[in-house]
Amino acid sequence: MKTTKTSRPTRALEKSLATRLTGRYVLRLFVAGATDRSCQAVQNVRQLCDAKLKNKYRLEVIDIYQQPELARDNQIVATPTLVKAWPRPVRRFIGNLANTAGLLVELDVGLRGSARL
Amino acid sequence: MKHRKPKDGSTSPRRNHSLPKCPTGIQGLDEITCGGLPQGRPTLVCGGAGCGKTLLAAEFLVRGATQFDEPGVFMAFEETEAELKANVESLGFNLAGLVRSRQVVVDYVHIERSEVQESGEYDLEGLFVRLNHAIDSIGAKRVVLDSLEALFASLPNEAILRAELRRLFRWLKDKGVTAVITAERGREQLTRHGLEEYVSDCVILLDHRVTDQIATRNLRVVKYRGALHGTNEFPFLIGAEGLSVLPITSLGLNHTVSSERIATGIPRLDAMLGGRGFFRGSSILLTGTPGTGKTIVAANFAQAAARRGERVLFFSFEESPNQIVRNMHSIGLRLEPLVKGGLLRFHSARPSLYGLEMHLATMFKEIVAFQPRVVIMDPITSLMDAGTASESKGMVTRLIDYLKAGQVTSLFTSLTQGGHVLQQSEAAMSSLMDAWVLLQDFEGNGERNRVLYVLKARGMAHSNQIREFLISDRGIDVVDAYIGVSGVLTGSARVAQGALEKAAVLANQQEAATLKREVERKRSALERQISALRSDYESEALELRRIAEQVGTRTSVLGTERTASGILRQADIKVATIVQGKPRPGRKS
Repeated sequence: MKTTKTSRPTRALEKSLATRLTGRYVLRLFVAGATDRSCQAVQNVRQLCDAKLKNKYRLEVIDIYQQPELARDNQIVATPTLVKAWPRPVRRFIGNLANTAGLLVELDVGLRGSARL
Repeated sequence: MKHRKPKDGSTSPRRNHSLPKCPTGIQGLDEITCGGLPQGRPTLVCGGAGCGKTLLAAEFLVRGATQFDEPGVFMAFEETEAELKANVESLGFNLAGLVRSRQVVVDYVHIERSEVQESGEYDLEGLFVRLNHAIDSIGAKRVVLDSLEALFASLPNEAILRAELRRLFRWLKDKGVTAVITAERGREQLTRHGLEEYVSDCVILLDHRVTDQIATRNLRVVKYRGALHGTNEFPFLIGAEGLSVLPITSLGLNHTVSSERIATGIPRLDAMLGGRGFFRGSSILLTGTPGTGKTIVAANFAQAAARRGERVLFFSFEESPNQIVRNMHSIGLRLEPLVKGGLLRFHSARPSLYGLEMHLATMFKEIVAFQPRVVIMDPITSLMDAGTASESKGMVTRLIDYLKAGQVTSLFTSLTQGGHVLQQSEAAMSSLMDAWVLLQDFEGNGERNRVLYVLKARGMAHSNQIREFLISDRGIDVVDAYIGVSGVLTGSARVAQGALEKAAVLANQQEAATLKREVERKRSALERQISALRSDYESEALELRRIAEQVGTRTSVLGTERTASGILRQADIKVATIVQGKPRPGRKS
């Protein structure tokens, strides 16, 4: 079961990777409805990514109320959850991202890694 | 909404009757909880590792889907769907099939702690959405969360988690699903993370403890708000057909009784029991010190029942079936034809083979399979060693309850240590027994003799006498023991006393005979005397007659002579006649 769960986004990812530039960030933000917390999370992620990654990222915002099966497939328990699906390793940031220190470190590491490449 | 009401307390008695219950279908659990888990409310199942929480939850779900047409959602936090299916499969539940037929949804919730970083405020809406989606997708009535506490390990902020769990339980109630939440047992409290604080409608505690190297699983309903329930700790088993909580039978004391009497196979013992033996369906305790013949009495009882055509199940915890058959053969009891005829069945098992509850379950299984009219347990005491005193008493109670409900007569032998006749365990057990026969040793005169007496027999007149109990190659013989001023005499002392009595009687007889002879002798002496006197008298009388005759003769001779001389002297006849009357003066003159 676990393999199918992970394989679906992986396959999607591989497909997207085949067409797009490598090193592009794939971020998925799972929110539950249009609450204040969801809006904050979306805003915070956008700000940070625009500042740090400019056009090198793709952000999908998924409302699990609309697509509850995606919550299951992506093992979402807490909302909001930001999943950094690419580059590896997968990281999950739970919360409204008011505290972006963790995410920054993660993105920095990624950037530095990709810069070196 | 519902959960607020009972907290007032004022309305709770009225709600007792109306509290709807959700049957679990788990053997025995519905009896203990008087109908099942509280419907539409969450129930907490807590216990240590390996005590069967997940299986209980899974069985609740599977039975709900298969027996009560209530689909269910299994939210697994610890096992993957595949693992869960495999584990439950081993209990004979086809979870995979139920998932395929959309009766059960399994959702494996997994959070990889190393992937997760907290960055701001969050809630567990993701979990709610998943649960809600799963429930709605199949119209589930039952939900299992196994075990929520895994979240404590994977989510960093406990304050948020607690608030969200509180919300989750409220949400489950509002959703109207009957939920089972499992949790690990804590050190100081029921659960490690204090979940009992949130789930307060019904709490079931599972326990797996090892006493004297024997493991026993126990189940206890700690709390059941607004409903009656059994509060005891009940042993339970995980068997091939899922969980079964004992008692299988009812907890009430309302068996029908029979006034039919059945013979014991020992006529004198029957005679001691009002002449007709024990009541059918009664429980009989047979206690005795080692070697007093308990098994023999039990085997006699078994044989008598089998000869009446009743099926007898003989549980032996000390001897193998063959050994019993052989040993009984030596006293003239032929059991093998009865075994071959299918009327007598032995079941031998070492008491330490497994725990008490497993023994009980096996016995139930045997009883159900064989449908006996008489059950013999030899001896119950060695089985009691397998558990603590209270456990074993509980077990015997359940067994007796079960047997009585089916009108099965049960005979338990019980081994007592020498000296003390009434051991603590027996005193406790005796209250469960309808009849109690005691076998005892009497030592003295360099020998050991067996006696038997009826200590109690409910509902029948019984003898207060101690009887001596002899075992020979012809079987059991019960004889009167000698009871006199010097106490109870048995064995050779009894025989000696008999001989003594016989001698006394003989002496008396002899004395009487002597006396009789003496009297006889006196009588004959008397008779001899009488006859001597009589002969004396007779001889004297004879003499008298002879003298009289002589006198007569002499007178006449004298007269004749006078006449002759008168004639000769020519005297008158007158003179002659006078002389004839008075011869002497005449002669003198």
